Amino acid sequence: MTTTVPYSAVLDELEAEAIHIYRETAAAFKNPVLLYSIGKDSSVLLHLAIKAFYPAPLPFPVMHIDTSWKFREMIEFRDKRAKDLSLDLRIAQNKSAMAEGVTPFTHGTHEYTRIMKTVALREGIDQYGFDAAIGGARRDEERSRAKERIFSLREPGHRWEPRKQRPEFWRTANTQLAPGQSMRVFPLSNWTELDVWRYIERENIEIPSLYFAKERPVVERDGALIMVDDERFPLNEGEVPIMKSVRFRTLGCYPLSGAVESTADNLADLIIEMESSKISERAGRLIDGEGGGSMEAKKAEGYF
Amino acid sequence: MTTQTPVLHLVTCGSVDDGKSTLIGRLLAETDSVPIDQLEYARQTRRGGSTVPVGEIDYSLLTDGLEAEREQGITIDVAYRHMNLPNGRRVLIADSPGHEQYTRNMAVAASNGDVAVLLVDAARGVRPQTHRHLTVCALMGVETILVAVNKMDLVGYSHETFEQIMGEVRTTAARLGIDEISGIPVSAVAGDNITQASTNMPWFHGETLLGTLGIWEPAKKPEDERFRFPVQFINRAEGNFRGYAGTVVSGSIRPGDEVTVADSGRTAKIDRLVTADGDLDIAVRGQAITITLDHEVDVTRGDILAAGASLQPADRFAVDMVWLNEEPLAHGRSYLLISGSRSVPATVTNVRHRLDVVTGTEHAARVLEMNDVGRVEIATDRPIPMDAYNDCRDTGGFLLVDRVNADTVAAGLSRHAMRRAFNVVPHVYDVDHVARAALMGHPAKVIWLTGLPGSGKSTIADSAVRKLHALGVHTYVLDGDNVRTGLNKDLGFTPEDRAENVRRVAEVSKLMRDSGVVVFVALVSPYRTDRETAAALFGKNEFLEVYVNTPVEVCAERDPKGLYAKAAAGNLPNMTGVGQGYEAPNNPDLILAGTGDLDQSVDTLVAAILEN
Repeated sequence: MTTTVPYSAVLDELEAEAIHIYRETAAAFKNPVLLYSIGKDSSVLLHLAIKAFYPAPLPFPVMHIDTSWKFREMIEFRDKRAKDLSLDLRIAQNKSAMAEGVTPFTHGTHEYTRIMKTVALREGIDQYGFDAAIGGARRDEERSRAKERIFSLREPGHRWEPRKQRPEFWRTANTQLAPGQSMRVFPLSNWTELDVWRYIERENIEIPSLYFAKERPVVERDGALIMVDDERFPLNEGEVPIMKSVRFRTLGCYPLSGAVESTADNLADLIIEMESSKISERAGRLIDGEGGGSMEAKKAEGYF
Repeated sequence: MTTQTPVLHLVTCGSVDDGKSTLIGRLLAETDSVPIDQLEYARQTRRGGSTVPVGEIDYSLLTDGLEAEREQGITIDVAYRHMNLPNGRRVLIADSPGHEQYTRNMAVAASNGDVAVLLVDAARGVRPQTHRHLTVCALMGVETILVAVNKMDLVGYSHETFEQIMGEVRTTAARLGIDEISGIPVSAVAGDNITQASTNMPWFHGETLLGTLGIWEPAKKPEDERFRFPVQFINRAEGNFRGYAGTVVSGSIRPGDEVTVADSGRTAKIDRLVTADGDLDIAVRGQAITITLDHEVDVTRGDILAAGASLQPADRFAVDMVWLNEEPLAHGRSYLLISGSRSVPATVTNVRHRLDVVTGTEHAARVLEMNDVGRVEIATDRPIPMDAYNDCRDTGGFLLVDRVNADTVAAGLSRHAMRRAFNVVPHVYDVDHVARAALMGHPAKVIWLTGLPGSGKSTIADSAVRKLHALGVHTYVLDGDNVRTGLNKDLGFTPEDRAENVRRVAEVSKLMRDSGVVVFVALVSPYRTDRETAAALFGKNEFLEVYVNTPVEVCAERDPKGLYAKAAAGNLPNMTGVGQGYEAPNNPDLILAGTGDLDQSVDTLVAAILEN
């Protein structure tokens, strides 16, 4: 006897699990926040959150860590979504580092990420007193993520301590916090990148058009195609960006996001392209490339 | 045909040298579940002891995790991975380490498992770990066990070796009451019977490992189960919408079905099964929905909606427990018990025995230590409904949490409710506090004012009550000193007596709240645990913890009852703030500065009370 599983049935189960996690988080914590980074995973995360609390409105605010180096289109998209969905949007920025002139070009990717993302995130959480921060991390993103919990405990100072992580049984979560502790919550833990795309397709979720192929001005840096999104990008003497049909697999700071050459300008083509290429998505992200365990080192510092 | 199970939860167990990493790595690689850059890493990278030539895939590297482990060469935690079967089924793999001392991790991995793949090294045969893994799988309710007898290539693909190992395994499985067990002879390194049927073992006629996972179905269908729905979240949307959000963890439900609130015994009919995609005609196990009922009954987060009278509350249970923490179990200590979305203080009243997970023998024991499994008795502070674990994992399993550092210290599996709890059966009256609140025209709640002696609790209560009274709200004040002249005159000021003092006041405040009154409690109540116990008697929004925060110097200066003067003279050894500590609330619902403007504090408090 052979049986087949429609993809939609897998998505239904992943959706139900995420909704369960959302409801538990909203009920158990005093002041949770949804970390919204504008990309496809965040778009799915937001969509699921709205479904989880239907017909009531979203019961918590949404926070974006804005390094000031995001693609311009991302910020426009963010503000439009916030308006359309009546979100309580908070923006966290490391203003002092911005004033000191920290940029991806001056500080190296690891240090830049630590200052502009990790520090800004920690400050944002502290500033508003959030006790739980919901994020879109998935276990399939990177090898060390495979051990991440759905409810991931952070010690005082936002430190991630592998040995303090709580065992997770059944659907039952220990959401208790000792003084100084906080929680990061990952409703998409068991999703894959393809699940995210399939779900966006099924649910007709809006995403930034940067994910779709278009002629864009790019230059090559360390073997990666980088889009020149504004005049702050330091071009070499006499260098002129070339127009190429590219799209982005993950969205972040534009100087650190490698584009892939592609002609997939719609969701169906994009999914076909996804299924045939099998490179892990973080391979296109420059910030992870520094040594095998660099993601893990960043997590210990409080990175998402 | 389609299947009942789109996602299968798999737990893998075996010891470090059984070749488990290689087996999982091969499953992932052969089902196209690994990105090619990670495959490339597994071709190029080598670590100590690897005999796989560079350029070929060292499958064990695909399942590597944290840096620290890579250095130690062992897996120290539980890792979660996925693979896609050719028929579209998703397999979520919880990879549990085989290291001897980590029974706890294996229990975690097995807790969600539908199927376990248990590795046995054909060359080394059944070992103590094999019995341990079978025991933990049986304990945690894993339905089906697939014994992968690995490294068959090293024993010349011997049928006899395979049968001998399976014979031993079946003997242990029979003792443990495991019905669903089958064996597959495999070689993870050579690829026999993993995804491709082996040509080296014509004597084996069963499915490959992957094939078996593709056709597995649970023995129990939702229609054979009883409906269970732990309420996670009360959804109050505009237009008087009141829905109970949660996940169906057992059985199924339709509009019109009658359900019982297992905690109170009250019944109601299902009105709607609400989802963002529209109302449902039926919801089954695994679906996250929002339920509305045909009339208003008292339901709070943590309550369970159940079919008929199939689930009743009790306050004593015989349970099996896996101890997870380095700190051993302490008798009589109050832990927080978390069952579904409910939490309630509980104590372990008796350890019956510790189980030797290798031999199955029961040993007399006083305590359980990390990685121990044992049968214990627990008492909860108030009756709660729990199923037998084997009937439903989500409503029969629970966590014990340390109330100070919030660590999860144990996982519990309810075996049965003990008779004693049933000897007192609460009668359910139709007119309850919700009905009374409707008649009164205001909600009934308990306002718990805590703070140092002299901080201003009674003054604030007095003033707030006058204000509410003028607004037509029915109130009463339970004042610490006044209660001690009557109901509690047999109690002193030791920590034990203070705990009992708080317990009695909390119970009385609950009775008065049930009568429809807004009850003020003005009580030093210096211990966090005691106040939490009081709060646990009430639902969200029914209990406001108000911290009257006044510096001790100011209290001593005011000293309305002359207590600080007495303490200073050495005549009051247990005086809070002097001889005994005061534990300020971590997250009070409201903080009032006892040195601030009284009218303003009272306005804030009254607004918080009337807000619903």
